[in-house]
Amino acid sequence: MAVIMERTRNLFHPLHAALVAGALALFLGALLSDVTYFRSYAIQWNNFSSWLLAGGLVIAGFALLAAIVRLFRTRWRARSSLYALLLLAAWVLGFIDALVHARDAFATMPTSLVLSVIVVVLAGAALVVALVGGRTGGVA
Amino acid sequence: MKRLELLAGAALAVVLGGCGASPSPEQYGANPELPAQQRGLLPDMVIAKPAAWGDRLPTVPAGYSIKAIATGLGIPRQTLVLPNGDILVAEGRGGNAAKLKPKDVIAGYIKAKGTSPVKGGNRLTLLRDADGDGNYELKTVFAKDLNAPYGLALIGDTLYVADQDALLKFHYSVGQTQADGPPVKVTDLPSAINHHWTKALAASADGRFLYVGIGSNSNITERGMTAEVDRARIWQIDPQTGMHRAYATGLRNPTALAIQPGTGTLWAVVNERDELGPNLVPDYLTSVREGGFYGWPWSYWGQHVDPRVRPQNPAMVATAIAPDYSLGSHVAALGVAFSSPAMGAQFADGVFVGEHGSWNRPDPVGYEVVFVPFRDGKPTGKPMDFVTGFRGEDGLTRGRPVGVTVDPRGALIVADDLSNTIWRVTPNTPVVTEPAPAGSSGAAPATSSGN
Repeated sequence: MAVIMERTRNLFHPLHAALVAGALALFLGALLSDVTYFRSYAIQWNNFSSWLLAGGLVIAGFALLAAIVRLFRTRWRARSSLYALLLLAAWVLGFIDALVHARDAFATMPTSLVLSVIVVVLAGAALVVALVGGRTGGVA
Repeated sequence: MKRLELLAGAALAVVLGGCGASPSPEQYGANPELPAQQRGLLPDMVIAKPAAWGDRLPTVPAGYSIKAIATGLGIPRQTLVLPNGDILVAEGRGGNAAKLKPKDVIAGYIKAKGTSPVKGGNRLTLLRDADGDGNYELKTVFAKDLNAPYGLALIGDTLYVADQDALLKFHYSVGQTQADGPPVKVTDLPSAINHHWTKALAASADGRFLYVGIGSNSNITERGMTAEVDRARIWQIDPQTGMHRAYATGLRNPTALAIQPGTGTLWAVVNERDELGPNLVPDYLTSVREGGFYGWPWSYWGQHVDPRVRPQNPAMVATAIAPDYSLGSHVAALGVAFSSPAMGAQFADGVFVGEHGSWNRPDPVGYEVVFVPFRDGKPTGKPMDFVTGFRGEDGLTRGRPVGVTVDPRGALIVADDLSNTIWRVTPNTPVVTEPAPAGSSGAAPATSSGN
């Protein structure tokens, strides 16, 4: 355990990593549900998408807090800032996406689909920035 | 953290950008102005802030008086004046729609702030003014253990009550103050989900049929089309057998029905869809054409396509007929009653409409009882204020009108489901009217809650 802690001091706390990865999975689920609703008009996919997105926002919110705390405690300031910024952008657009999802029936489309794509890309990029930084000890 | 706040602030600004106040166009009559559809990131919402009446009263025209004849009720919705002048009040709160989206949870919480916290009575209360002095000294429970009763109609000696899930009947003899026993079910009514749960009721002039208004199960199909089977329509029911057929369809939420004296035509007030902007879609008053399709969900006001509904249905849109008379968007008409000469010359020919009031609009509308004048049997001109002051200049809301009923002796009965009051409006000088000519047919006379 001590060895692990030593190696990961400047990397993600495992819980932090789980939060980001979990949020990404939910955002991806929301996107896939949006795609399915767009193609099928079956309303349940619209409901699924709304809840997946809401769940992703809650988890990403905690990840964002952790990312901000990390900003003050890391030696890798530039990479951590980029990570936090990507996560913040994903959260803000995800929140707007959630408001769009609150529209009724097909009024969510195509805006929600476009926003969901962007949110997944941003959250994915945040995870990549963080993990790549972690594996190589901060040197990309 | 600063950056976060800044961005959150920016996001909020974007969000609120959708909520500008907009001038309301003249949206009354047969050809209302229909602006372009709009929807910001948040729907425009202004929810009523309830307050007590205190010493205040609703405002009525000069030469009329208003009085609370019953208070402390359990969400009064529709009323029926019985042949001896007794008034029946249907009290209740229905609906059991599941919350399907995060939006439903949040919007449900917000909208509940604008309604009464009182529990629905699920009963019929009888009010009696035995000596005709305008004080209804008797207030007694006529029937209880009902399930969100709403529409009321009397045909001969049978009282029909439309619960949110079934059409029921009681035997009624004039003077009775309590039902003989539990009701008998005439037929089930569509009640799965029951997003729009009210079941409006009217009896045909000859007493041969009952008409039941059944609202849609969603704003605009967001619960899926399978939830809309047998919804957004008016049923014609044979009270003898319980058999029904769709009399007219595509009426999103027909909240009150009335039979036009003389012609026997069925009229309805219908609440239209939300979230297309403050000035869409107008709620309306219309004569109901047998077999007519009025657009919901695919189109509104005739053939204006609603793009939120998929798959679209151009074939049905092509058959959609426009209603007769726009009452204005979001006024939430929940009551309609044909007037009589006993209401005074100015308000003799036309209908009274109870408007519960808007939520989906930056400038609130409705929250009043209007009079729509008729000429040659058709609505004409602008609605006139009849009972106002439910929403005060101070922005507080003291009452919300629902059902309206004309007492043939010369009074308008208004149910108010926010202050849980029944109001009675009378001309100060009783109007002397010629007795109505006797009915030409020998059929039992029928009265109903919207009549």
